[in-house]
Amino acid sequence: MNFPILSSLILLPIVGALFLFFTKDKNGNILTAKYVALFTTIVNFLISIYLWISFDQSTSSFQFIEDRTWIEGLINYKVGIDGISILFIILTTFITPLCIISVNNSVKNRLRDFLIAILIMESFMIGVFCALDLVVFYLFFEAGLIPMFLIIGIWGGARRVYSAFKFFLYTLLGSVLMLVAIISIYWITGTTDVVKLYEIGIDVKYQNLLWLAFFSSFAVKTPMWPVHTWLPDAHVEAPTAGSVLLAAILLKMAGYGFIRFSLGLFPVASETFTPLIYVLSVIAIIFTSLIALMQEDMKKLIAYSSVAHMGFVTLGIFTLQQQGIEGSIIQMISHGLVSAALFLTVGVVYDRMHSRLISTYGGLVSVIPKYSILFMIFALASLGLPGTSGFIGEFLILMGAFKDNFLVAVVASLGVILGAAYMLWLYKRVVFGKLINEDLKKIVDLNRSEYFILSCLAAPILFYGFYPDPLINTIEVSVTDLIDMHKTNLASK
Amino acid sequence: MGNLNLILPEIFISLSIMFLLILGVFKKDSSKITFNLSLLTILITSIITINETFSVNRETLFNGSFIIDQMSSLMKIITLIGGFLVLVISSSYLKTFKIYNIEYPILILSSILGMMVMISSNDLIVFYMGLELQSLALYVLATYNRDQLKSSEAGLKYFVLSALSSGLLLYGCSLVYGFSGSTNYDIISNKLNSDEYVLTFGIVFILVGLAFKISAVPFHMWAPDVYEGSPTTVTLFFTIVPKIAALTVFIRFLYVPFLNLIDQWQMIIVFLSIASMIFGAVAAIGQTNIKRLIAYSSISHIGYTLAGLATATNEGIQSSIIYISIYVVMNLAFFSCLLMLKRKDQYYENIDDLSGLSKNHPLLSLCLLLILFSLAGIPPLAGFFAKFYVFKAVLEQSMYFLAIVGLLSTVVAAFYYLRIIKIIYFDKEKDKYDTDHSLWLKFSLTVSTVLILFYFIFPSQLIEVVSRINII
Repeated sequence: MNFPILSSLILLPIVGALFLFFTKDKNGNILTAKYVALFTTIVNFLISIYLWISFDQSTSSFQFIEDRTWIEGLINYKVGIDGISILFIILTTFITPLCIISVNNSVKNRLRDFLIAILIMESFMIGVFCALDLVVFYLFFEAGLIPMFLIIGIWGGARRVYSAFKFFLYTLLGSVLMLVAIISIYWITGTTDVVKLYEIGIDVKYQNLLWLAFFSSFAVKTPMWPVHTWLPDAHVEAPTAGSVLLAAILLKMAGYGFIRFSLGLFPVASETFTPLIYVLSVIAIIFTSLIALMQEDMKKLIAYSSVAHMGFVTLGIFTLQQQGIEGSIIQMISHGLVSAALFLTVGVVYDRMHSRLISTYGGLVSVIPKYSILFMIFALASLGLPGTSGFIGEFLILMGAFKDNFLVAVVASLGVILGAAYMLWLYKRVVFGKLINEDLKKIVDLNRSEYFILSCLAAPILFYGFYPDPLINTIEVSVTDLIDMHKTNLASK
Repeated sequence: MGNLNLILPEIFISLSIMFLLILGVFKKDSSKITFNLSLLTILITSIITINETFSVNRETLFNGSFIIDQMSSLMKIITLIGGFLVLVISSSYLKTFKIYNIEYPILILSSILGMMVMISSNDLIVFYMGLELQSLALYVLATYNRDQLKSSEAGLKYFVLSALSSGLLLYGCSLVYGFSGSTNYDIISNKLNSDEYVLTFGIVFILVGLAFKISAVPFHMWAPDVYEGSPTTVTLFFTIVPKIAALTVFIRFLYVPFLNLIDQWQMIIVFLSIASMIFGAVAAIGQTNIKRLIAYSSISHIGYTLAGLATATNEGIQSSIIYISIYVVMNLAFFSCLLMLKRKDQYYENIDDLSGLSKNHPLLSLCLLLILFSLAGIPPLAGFFAKFYVFKAVLEQSMYFLAIVGLLSTVVAAFYYLRIIKIIYFDKEKDKYDTDHSLWLKFSLTVSTVLILFYFIFPSQLIEVVSRINII
């Protein structure tokens, strides 16, 4: 057994959090606390990069596996990664340090506790993407609710209590059915080990119900229409760093879950329910794009755009085509970067003007040009302009969709136009036009740390927009084998 | 009578009670020494229990009317530990209300003795004797703060309703005796068959009486009032210790004499379980008093425990026992926090009094946070595993309806636990509370919180102990 690198990846943020917990919370210490958290997350990021480098791209089997008995004869603590999960782990470890740098101004009181919550959140999120046992997955999946509830509730805006409750109860309600399904799988097959379950397969007669139970959880988390309503509330009220984590990583748990569990474990049911997913995804794409057009609050607009983008993701996953699934994964990574960046750009002006309303702004380009340029990159990436990572994802998804179902693909393509409409209109109203609001004249451009964060996000967005090969190479074998396994499973039943 | 040392724990505890009574009568100002001696008694009793009975697989005494097996020794130890911790954290509370008297520890000891007899009973008469001994002690304990109207009211209410349920229980016992011709569980088990419909009445009466004792819906009406009115430490005692004993009796009744009649009682248990889970979750939402809230919360927790019993498997019984053990720890932790809400000799027990607690008492709030999330059953805390085992057992029997209703009611229950967390963490702060708590209070809070938080690292130990219990 080699060095347990995945476990250390999971545990390191918790160690950092413990360290912070035992430091005194005084004003002078705030910087120290931040450095400790930053140091921990950066080390974690480096470990994950090392993981990516030493990752073998030529095989789809799980690597870096750790398998320990946890509850005798019942659950094993099993973690491991394949080409799909490693990208999400890197996304997590990449976004978290940026979040921590960004908490400068937005979180005033109890910074130390905030950092602890973010660190614990990080380790749970990494856990979700590594888990190879259903119960372990569920544990991490659910445990993430606690820190996020506190992040929204303690450091959030005016309606934070309502949003935090809505977030918690919605997600919990979805997840309990998944727990029933997981235990049922244990009794049906005698194991909750994902790798073994891939080999054994689950009897067709149970698959539909089990699939629905998993779906109820993932649909809430994705979020899919019509259970998406918690997301705008949570986003609007959460502090910037919270919104970033929520949009960039938490939502991806569900997409990842769809690929890893819904497709992998229930091939027949996935086939059966594809129309349902298509309908919900298309509604999400069109309907929430239209809602996004009407928003007056910038954060809300971006939140609705997240729902629309996740609609593309679910659509791509259930096309069950190579391009569709690869596109979904790249779209999730890209959306993770872009939505994080957009929330941060909103956070930048919110810190200065304390308003998220679009009408407060206008004509920013003449006062803060640097900000305007970066904002433009992110807005264009969000609408999927060629040359940004957003394009690769959406293009591959639509390609997969055209192969599978022409009508759905056509309707979804309309969503791309709507996406361009609301993003460009947002950008126009905020950045261009006449500078009417007198207060805006005093607004200062990005400071060094903000500039650093946003450039860090802009770089991969552009890089992978032009050269997506590193991403595609990593996932390709895993996706191919997933689809092969899916097809053989379908054929044998 | 060669193996009389199997009931040495009971003999020792009863002798100690008599000794302490005499000591209390003849020595002035003896409350402190009585307290300490009682603690010592409980300690010694637990040691004797572990020593003499823990390795015994199954033995009966007195013509099979008294049974020592794995379940009885485990439950006795949990009872004793629970009793010890309740007693040890009571003293500062009692001193505040000037009711720090010798009767308190002696009453607790007698009720523990009653419960130990109940746990080991294998005969209707022995069982009833133990039940009455513990009930009588509990009536007095409920009214222990006799200067307060609420406390007296609680005791009276408890007495009247409990007497009624004991009557029903006795009536059921007499019917069962009439049909089987014996009061011994093993003999009853052999003689009974399901053809006799009147016998169902006997079972129903017994189950109603027992459901009353563990406050399962629809026989829960006394619990909120009694919990609210009794002194807080007594409420803590009520919420954990008698439930352990009553649960053991429940298990023994269902699985020894009535096992053959499973068709008659399984639906009843399922109904009690579902009703308790839902009602406990829904009714707690509107509460403003923490003790009342805990009453409803304990009702719903009892619902989950019963869900394990309804499965009629050894796994089910084991999961119920795991559930009640974790529940004991969680409740102990929660009440330790409650006993810390003290300012200038006054205890606070409204939910609003917790407002903004996290600003002035970050550690206490963190403990409460963990305890409440654990009570709500959120992983990776202990409360989740308790539910996990129960639902695992329930789903093994394909009782999907029970599992889904149970899990959905955890979502409802999560709402009111979240509401407390919201008040602690999101609301405006109030005045500071005292921080000079007794060492034991801090100790019990720390230990129980650590157990709740780190249970997930070593979950196998508890299972190992419990898995030796095989009733069926």
